[in-house]
Amino acid sequence: MKRVVYSGIEGRSLGYWGLMGALGFFILLAAGSFLYMEHSGHHVTGMNNQVVWGMPHVFAIFLIVAASGALNVASISSVFNQKIYKPLARMSAMLALTLLAGGLVVLLLDLGRADRMITAVTNYNFKSIFAWNIILYSGFFVIVLAYLWSMFDPKLHKHTRKAGTAAFIWRLVLTTGTGSIFGFLSARQGYDAAIMAPMFIIMSFAFGKAIFMILLIGTYRYTDRSISADLIERLNNLFGVFVAAVLYFTVVFHLTNLYAAEHGDFERFILMDGGVYTFLFWVVQVLLGGVVPLVLIYHPAFRYNIRSLIAASSLVIIGGIAHIYGIVVGGQAFPLVLFPGKEVSSSFNEGVVNSYSPSLPEILLGLGGVAVAVALFLFAIKMLRLVPENLDAEHTENVTEVPA
Amino acid sequence: MSQDHNKSRRHFLGQAAATTAVIAPGITLMTIAQANQDQPHGASSSKRWGMLVDTNKCTDGCTDCVSACQQENGWGDGSSDESLSNPQQKAQWIRTVTIRDKQTGHTNQLPMMCQHCESPACVDVCPTGASMKRVDGIVLVDKHICIGCRYCMMACPYKARSFVHESLHDQKSNSPRGKGTVEACTMCVHRVDHGDQPACVEKCSSGAMMFGDLNDPNSDISKKLAEVDSTQIRADLGLNPSIRYSGI
Amino acid sequence: MLSQMLKQISRQRVTVVALVLGSLMGYASIAQSGDRDGVRSSISPNAGDSCVRETSWMRRNHMELLQHDRDRTLRQGIRSVDGSIKGCVECHVQQDDHGNTVAINAENQFCSSCHAFTSVSIDCFECHATTPDSVKRAAK
Repeated sequence: MKRVVYSGIEGRSLGYWGLMGALGFFILLAAGSFLYMEHSGHHVTGMNNQVVWGMPHVFAIFLIVAASGALNVASISSVFNQKIYKPLARMSAMLALTLLAGGLVVLLLDLGRADRMITAVTNYNFKSIFAWNIILYSGFFVIVLAYLWSMFDPKLHKHTRKAGTAAFIWRLVLTTGTGSIFGFLSARQGYDAAIMAPMFIIMSFAFGKAIFMILLIGTYRYTDRSISADLIERLNNLFGVFVAAVLYFTVVFHLTNLYAAEHGDFERFILMDGGVYTFLFWVVQVLLGGVVPLVLIYHPAFRYNIRSLIAASSLVIIGGIAHIYGIVVGGQAFPLVLFPGKEVSSSFNEGVVNSYSPSLPEILLGLGGVAVAVALFLFAIKMLRLVPENLDAEHTENVTEVPA
Repeated sequence: MSQDHNKSRRHFLGQAAATTAVIAPGITLMTIAQANQDQPHGASSSKRWGMLVDTNKCTDGCTDCVSACQQENGWGDGSSDESLSNPQQKAQWIRTVTIRDKQTGHTNQLPMMCQHCESPACVDVCPTGASMKRVDGIVLVDKHICIGCRYCMMACPYKARSFVHESLHDQKSNSPRGKGTVEACTMCVHRVDHGDQPACVEKCSSGAMMFGDLNDPNSDISKKLAEVDSTQIRADLGLNPSIRYSGI
Repeated sequence: MLSQMLKQISRQRVTVVALVLGSLMGYASIAQSGDRDGVRSSISPNAGDSCVRETSWMRRNHMELLQHDRDRTLRQGIRSVDGSIKGCVECHVQQDDHGNTVAINAENQFCSSCHAFTSVSIDCFECHATTPDSVKRAAK
């Protein structure tokens, strides 16, 4: 029975400042890209009037989805009372905040009129799912901050479970909202599916967990702190369930679409002759982002090995970005069906697959969002007492003195 | 005090008009005719403006409506702007679409633009309320509060909206448009408010387009709609567009 | 309701800031500019004999009028309004020595001269035409 002691990381090593410097460099590149796109207009991007959301949205949505998933470890400890995860709850909640911040930065800086983004708050359309999301994001910040506070302040420990439950429910609603941004678009063949919302929730579990594990293991390795094999084993198994669930939802989504003849053309596009989208789907999303990680997680040759866990997490992140790229860009690349059963042609790309190739500034802006999220996290674990000093067996079994 | 000034200006304008009447009676007559149809109380909810396109009359290869719109609203060939944008990025308020039946090989041409839906998806999804529908059914973008998020373009089933990808300098005074905001066919709202027809309808040389009040059973368009078989594009979505097509 | 409230707050704040700035700058410009003031308020030959409101009122409040009437025109279709930016341009636009019309937001022209002086940037002309239709424009 040992007390869990939290401390900030030292953050004075060459490695820490080198990493922060590299992240800062990416943030500067992203800032430059934003100014360039804002000044010139979006003609310098690969986006156009058919593919209106491009690379920045892929990164933004990935980060926002991962943000709610990163909270998962905290939720499991507070809501489902899994004591072994309790020492990790603070890091988990903080990562959720920084990932959301990174995602929102990208989303807002890609607006056509980023200079008047404040209008999104002063003028509000209650019917818009997008506008609901503005409330969901702001609320997430408030609730998770309150949750973090309740974990920090001993006087508020008795409220931690309530705050954790509120945060858990809120994050489910938030990801439902993010998924519904696409699920409610009845006009497009690739969207318009209620399954989008639960699929986004499952995706968030997997992506958030992947990022959390890389940062957790990285932090412990570079600060010479220890993690118990038991904890790694549990994180590994839980991660496996999430990755398998994403594959399951992917299968159900496409099977449902295949069954309905009206979506047949869209499915043929994604699954067979969509070129880059087909490649991204089968090779990156399904194989690299799903099957290979499952082997790494469950095959006895790799199981419970920290390196294979890191490899699996990295692959899930890459596969996840491909997954979101397929949803966002693939869904727009497939032409709108205005006249079912007829062939169409016009001067405005009617009936042909819309082209999109991401430009460098778009990619840099997206990567900048990732850099913001990671840099904020690294800064937070230095400044605040978020990281348990020890996660070895005797500290994680029979833990006391940690908030319920 | 300000009202006095207002009056004096109106008075002045009245004088000016009277003077013009002597010099150029034609112009003044037109001004008065327009002024009489002007709606001082603005758009009326008793009206619902709409169009009927007879695709059998629409001539293959004809682009009268497109050029009329470009000249009227200052996009495409009607403006010196958008030289940096690629063809897929350039504005397209109205386009002609050729449709061919896969089984029979029968082809039709028709103009495609904002369908001015009764339940517009673009208005529902807009986070700021910049996408809006006037009480008379005309769907517009309020560029003063448009933040350029492009969600309306994702939601529109008709690909009717364009995003301005670069700075503009050569706008028409009746059709403000600018970088970073979304735009679409306005049904020439500035003309409709003065009692005129949209430019595309006026310039359609084959007489394929008809404009009018769908709510008024005695309007030409309502009579015609009662008589001929017409359809809405993607009627299955239940958006109830104001633009109807016959012959497809 | 929240949005209404926020709108109210932001409008009020904008109004207050605009009024404070406007009055400060207004006095400053009147005090400093002297004869240059004539350039700023000048109107083109196609204008009438007075503005839609008194000049001094317009100097301070034209933005209120424009904002009020832009919503009425765009959203309600009321087109006979005083605060029409098209009207501003028609009256206040100037011609250069060659008889070409100069964009109203060009340097030292009606809108920009004051706005540059008071350091208030406007984005009206991101979208709105800077010259009346069918005139010969001056080369940029």
